[in-house]
Amino acid sequence: MATIYPRDDSHNSVVEFLDNVDKREKIGKIFEILFLLGLLIGLFVLALLLFDVLRDGLGRFLTPGFLTETPSRFPDQGGIRPAIVSSVLLGVVVILITVPIGVGAALYLEEYAPKTWWAAIIEINISNLAGVPSIVYGLLGLGVFNYLLGFGPTLISGALTLSLLSLPVIIVTAREAIRAVPDSLRYASYGLGVTKWQTLSNHVIPYAIPGIFTGVIISVSRAIGDAASLIVVGAVGFLTFNPGLFQRFMALPIQIYSYITRPEPGFANAAAATIIVLILLVLALNGLAIYIRQRFYH
Amino acid sequence: MTSINPQNGFHQNSRHILEKHPSEDIQDKIVATILFGCALVSVLTTFGIVMIIFQVAFEFFQKVSFAQFFLDTKWTPLFAEQHFGIWPLINGTFLTTVIAMAVAIPLGLSSAIYLSEYAQPKVAAILRPAMELLAGIPTVVYGYFALLFVTPLLRNIIPLEIFNALSAGLMMGIMITPTVGSISLDAIRSVPRSLREGAYALGITKLESIFRVVLPAALSGIIASIILGISRAVGETMTVLIAAGQQPKLTVNFAESIETMTAYMAQISGGDSPRGSLNFQTLYAVGAVLFLITLILNIISYWISNRFKEKYE
Repeated sequence: MATIYPRDDSHNSVVEFLDNVDKREKIGKIFEILFLLGLLIGLFVLALLLFDVLRDGLGRFLTPGFLTETPSRFPDQGGIRPAIVSSVLLGVVVILITVPIGVGAALYLEEYAPKTWWAAIIEINISNLAGVPSIVYGLLGLGVFNYLLGFGPTLISGALTLSLLSLPVIIVTAREAIRAVPDSLRYASYGLGVTKWQTLSNHVIPYAIPGIFTGVIISVSRAIGDAASLIVVGAVGFLTFNPGLFQRFMALPIQIYSYITRPEPGFANAAAATIIVLILLVLALNGLAIYIRQRFYH
Repeated sequence: MTSINPQNGFHQNSRHILEKHPSEDIQDKIVATILFGCALVSVLTTFGIVMIIFQVAFEFFQKVSFAQFFLDTKWTPLFAEQHFGIWPLINGTFLTTVIAMAVAIPLGLSSAIYLSEYAQPKVAAILRPAMELLAGIPTVVYGYFALLFVTPLLRNIIPLEIFNALSAGLMMGIMITPTVGSISLDAIRSVPRSLREGAYALGITKLESIFRVVLPAALSGIIASIILGISRAVGETMTVLIAAGQQPKLTVNFAESIETMTAYMAQISGGDSPRGSLNFQTLYAVGAVLFLITLILNIISYWISNRFKEKYE
């Protein structure tokens, strides 16, 4: 804690000090504007980015069949259906895997874990995992799911990899939601003589559900936008069918990357059109998370 | 967290209806075990990362010596004349990270200061999620924007290669701004009002209180946020893969095409490199270096934010 000691000589220059106040307040005003500018620059770039993507992609996005057809070799034909199906499927599997495990881990750490060294290790471990780069999760997925378990470069490998990637965030937010449940609720429940698990499942978890939901949505929207780990696991840039769990797969970000890397000019527009779909999806999920937060927390 | 222990024993003396059935005790134990298993998944993940990465990296270092890896200045594993010097990749990562942080630190900090010290609470409630949206935009989109909007724009002003470290770094900086901003904001907000009011009582202006009281008091949180931002920049893949190019070079010229560790990994992977091939192993050797760098940064950030967390009464 930085302690500020007033300089002893300050009282010697009271007159000068007061004379300066106007100037100092003026400098203060200038900095206030600078700080605001710093905040607005990011938002300005965001607006510019959305504008640029819409300008480049809206025409292509509105082409009939863009959402419903399979990709074509020609930039202005075909659609991105396999990428949409892949991303939705990936998202669904990620939710199915991460919600029970994530909430379970959060419940354990908040309600059961004794304050011992290995509980501390799990804690530190989770916060570290949240900072591991996506592409490193790709290496893990490639090694464990593709080779060790023998799934190969299939959708299930990608989904499991994204699940591991999402887990730390879900655990952290679910813990916060569970921690926010007032103790009075637990005491009231125990007072009626029920078991710990009955208290958790009937009172604590339902109370924490909005908070848990928010975390799940945010981390799934990250997973849907993630490309690096899927590239390593072996997502393909071109697919002419809707993938199943054990087939080669793609994803919206992979489709975008694959369009960007093609030299013919029209593919940039196809990439932008796909970005519109991805951003709409991500914004819708984020909006839902914000809505839930506003609706249930005051 | 205060855990509540229901085993007070009081119910044993109470009426039969309140007595716990033995099967409920067993059920409780089973549940506790299952939940413990869930928590264990995170430990197993770390274990898996370390085991897999270092096992394959170890295979790599049986073919390529540490000297070739850490002393050579060329990275050309895919060429006929193979060199395995990691430094060009580290150089590329360093270059884009420096540019990104040159953007993210001032923007993130000024966002945090404005939202905490100046903005009306209602305005802050709108602007903060708006700022955090920047982190929610998929990184492949930043790559697209860097390559197809920022680079052409900058090329009107300064001579840049089509793939260059500057555009990628700038966009990465915008992307990381909310990481630095959000965590700094929490640190700045946790500085108690009384400190600011004490400063005002001494005749200090608002700006002076920010620079002399608030920021020094929040310094540990701010530094932790910056280190976390650096870790994000080092690990970021899609932006640099798309916009910075694939030319491993030892250069500090941000106008040139370079290659980062992550971009190399994405470039040669694809699930198709056969296990045991040298390509496959370089992926893991570079991945091990990347993992260690980000791990160290994350631990430092975690340590600083816990160790120096200000405790105010």
